[in-house]
Amino acid sequence: MSNMKTKKLSLTQQEYKEFAKVRVPNRPVLLNCVRAFIAGGIICTIGQGLQWLFMTYFGFTEVTAGNPTVAVLIMLSVLLTGLGVYDHIAQWAGAGTAVPVTGFANTVASAAIEHRTEGYVLGVGGNMFKLAGSVIAYGVFSAFIVALIKITIQALGGI
Amino acid sequence: MEKFILAFIIGGGICVIGQLMFDVLKLTPAHTMSTLVVAGAVLGGLGLYEPLIKFAGAGATVPISSFGNSLVKGALMEAKNTGVIGVLTGIFEVTSAGVSAAIIFGFLGSLLFKPKG
Repeated sequence: MSNMKTKKLSLTQQEYKEFAKVRVPNRPVLLNCVRAFIAGGIICTIGQGLQWLFMTYFGFTEVTAGNPTVAVLIMLSVLLTGLGVYDHIAQWAGAGTAVPVTGFANTVASAAIEHRTEGYVLGVGGNMFKLAGSVIAYGVFSAFIVALIKITIQALGGI
Repeated sequence: MEKFILAFIIGGGICVIGQLMFDVLKLTPAHTMSTLVVAGAVLGGLGLYEPLIKFAGAGATVPISSFGNSLVKGALMEAKNTGVIGVLTGIFEVTSAGVSAAIIFGFLGSLLFKPKG
């Protein structure tokens, strides 16, 4: 496929591609992974702590404690995003802050705050799900398909 | 106590998968998050995500892949009660807290904070 792509490019473009390839900084993959592991691990441990709190002091069960835990994490993430702290952590942690649900809240909050100058309806309301929308769209559609397949299999007497 | 260690390891591990998708496959954060959500939904459909949650607690529920799993779970739960139409009506049943919280707090955040340079 990459061959087909390069064929369409003119000679100077190909030269430029080679030129740029050498100069793109190499990503420190291992270091990034270690950072993502630590940051992601800490966020999940905080989540576990919150879950324990809800289970011990507010009478939630292991199943129902998930919802308030996620809500509190999202609230914290929005707060940190608004204060400008989350982006600094994200610079260091990479996927460690993007993959947990806090990253989802961060994309919602940062898009909402960023577009506030364009007005509250078109700016905040319209752009809030600019990035997070794809997560919801693909999540819902794939969940719909998966659930349909599962129901069909069950109806046919499988699994 | 061991629950905390498991949450750290599994949660961190899922983030490492995300980081590898950033660095090795050169995906954007939005692509990575969408892929993980779809993966979570598929694992949920295969019945593999619930055991992971039992094993790792918040290590499996906090990463975004759990969103996909919860969508499937809500759809299947509702389908059990009301038939096929439940797939449509129940899809947000479990994830309602996360989505509403993101909207509500995100909106409040935009009222309270100004964008920073």
